[in-house]
Amino acid sequence: MSSPEFSNPIVRWIEYRLPVFSMLHHEMHEYPTPRNLNYMWNFGSLAGFMLVVMIVSGIVLSMNYTAHVDYAFASVERIMRDVDYGWLVRYIHMNGASFFFIVVYIHIFRGLYYGSYKAPRELLWILGVVILLLMMATAFMGYVLPWGQMSFWGATVITNLFSAIPLIGENIVTWLWGGFTVDNPTLNRFFSLHFLLPFVIAGVVILHIAALHQHGSNNPLGIDIKNKGDTLPFHPYYTVKDLFGVGLLLTIFMAVVSYAPNYMGHPDNYVEANPLVTPAHIVPEWYFLPFYAILRAVPDKLGGVIAMFAAIAVLFVLPWLDRSPIRSAKFRPVYFVLFWVLLADCILLGFCGANPAEGIWVVLSRIGTVYYFAHFIILLPLLSLYERPIDLPLSISNPSPSGSNA
Amino acid sequence: MNLKSISSSLFAGIILLACSGTFSTIAVAAGAQKESACTPRELPAIPERKWSFQGIFGHYDHDSALRGFEVYKGVCASCHSLNLFAFRNLAALGATEEEIKGVAQEFEVPAAPNDDGEIVARKALPSDHFPKPYPNLKAAAAANGGAIPPDLSLIVKARADLEAHVPKILGGYMTPPAGCDIPEGRYYNAYFPGYQISMAPPLLADAVTYNDGTPATVEQMTVDINNFLAFVAEPKLEERKQTGLKVLIFLIILTVLLYLAKREVWRKVH
Repeated sequence: MSSPEFSNPIVRWIEYRLPVFSMLHHEMHEYPTPRNLNYMWNFGSLAGFMLVVMIVSGIVLSMNYTAHVDYAFASVERIMRDVDYGWLVRYIHMNGASFFFIVVYIHIFRGLYYGSYKAPRELLWILGVVILLLMMATAFMGYVLPWGQMSFWGATVITNLFSAIPLIGENIVTWLWGGFTVDNPTLNRFFSLHFLLPFVIAGVVILHIAALHQHGSNNPLGIDIKNKGDTLPFHPYYTVKDLFGVGLLLTIFMAVVSYAPNYMGHPDNYVEANPLVTPAHIVPEWYFLPFYAILRAVPDKLGGVIAMFAAIAVLFVLPWLDRSPIRSAKFRPVYFVLFWVLLADCILLGFCGANPAEGIWVVLSRIGTVYYFAHFIILLPLLSLYERPIDLPLSISNPSPSGSNA
Repeated sequence: MNLKSISSSLFAGIILLACSGTFSTIAVAAGAQKESACTPRELPAIPERKWSFQGIFGHYDHDSALRGFEVYKGVCASCHSLNLFAFRNLAALGATEEEIKGVAQEFEVPAAPNDDGEIVARKALPSDHFPKPYPNLKAAAAANGGAIPPDLSLIVKARADLEAHVPKILGGYMTPPAGCDIPEGRYYNAYFPGYQISMAPPLLADAVTYNDGTPATVEQMTVDINNFLAFVAEPKLEERKQTGLKVLIFLIILTVLLYLAKREVWRKVH
């Protein structure tokens, strides 16, 4: 890589001591990006954008929030009523969590569809799963902070899961709570961790991008870049495309914030937490529902907890379960079908998680759970052996079939 | 190709958004009650009402909400607290400073300790919150046969049926079906979970006298109190919807411009 010559003397002075300008030049103008990325590739930058929205709105909220069981609920309502534009910041943060998950789930399913987890991007994928886990922990603890009924009972149910661990389970739960029930120490540590974890996420995002820039983006054809004609410089092509995506996302986001800010929330969370009154149905936020369904699908408590965590853990080993060398589902006729079935299965599990664990929902949760794991553990490895892929194109810029499958 | 991908990603996003909402809606619907002798054979009709605060241009009916405050003050406040409401909030409904001062002065609140360390009562100021009917929850329960009248500050947002909730409860009183025994001190209400409510039917015609001369029918008071409680639950709704409209117009223009910029940049490539 040849360093560009800068004419501005101040830029030259800085560049000589800290090579930020050549680094920027490299990432913007020399970093090769496949020319055929479709709009599904916008969701990575959108996820980064939402992280910034959440951190900025969250910092402003924390300046007005009181992490104490007697004041938390009232302090959130004070933000909604008496803090200048507090209602706006709070609704942005509250709905931002949902939009962050919407964007990240689309980003993940894009990775699944186009095989973006395959060599040489396994670590990139694994870092992404780490970000998902951190996001879930952060979102869960954030939901506790307003100290409404769902905050309190959600925290009670989820922390109690750890009591399923044999021998030391009860001790772990006491340790997590900082006492013998979900109480002020729990709220305080959740606030502390909810403030800390987003910065950990930001750190892992930097690693995620570093890993991405090692081999560059995958693309809809799932084939490697063969020559310069296959690529475009990131700037201006993808900067302007990403900005357009941000504009579109912001429009939808602000429409929800302005006209349906409580659509994705739960009315019970506008009732202050009361340890003596259990809500009729304790339901987590929508983005946890598929996992909640898996938890409840297993008749045994410990088994349910293991299954729920395994649902994410299986993603860590996905690059080694799917051994097919073909990345994109476009050239894998059977995988193409399985992908859509898996997506439908996840949505089904979401509905199962939203409903009380009785009647038909138990049966559907179990079918959905079994299929979820079968997809990764049985179907994908078998598919790698038996699927006959369609001919791959010669290159990104030359779409005629290569006559080979790899 | 481009439009197709935009639409497919939009489609995926909207599906997820819709799912996220329907997940919760379905969960709420599943909260239906089990059949019992008290299950109402026929629900009392609640008129379909269009509330002025619904929709993109939604705003509160200020006159109605101010009358609703009269209803709260004259009827509800004897049992229900309204902790998040301060007298000064009436200004957002168009009440003048003098009117607010006047209303506040009708009430007494504990003052800060005086030089002798005694806490005496003083007249309420616009900055004071509406005084609670009971000093604590135990007192509230003791005065109401064990039931605690819920705080009404967020009642319109805190129930699954939202703005329909208060009118349903107010209009849900009826004779219990045969075979349904209602204990002393309880009342049958077709819209209350479990059908037994500890609140006596609160609204009787002319329970309050409106300052503006509007006849205080039960229907009128129901509409007015609901407008007022909706305002207390979401006092910044008007600001939110008005700001939202401007923000959206700006964002739509910005997004169109960004799309045109994108198309211009990519023209050479396609």
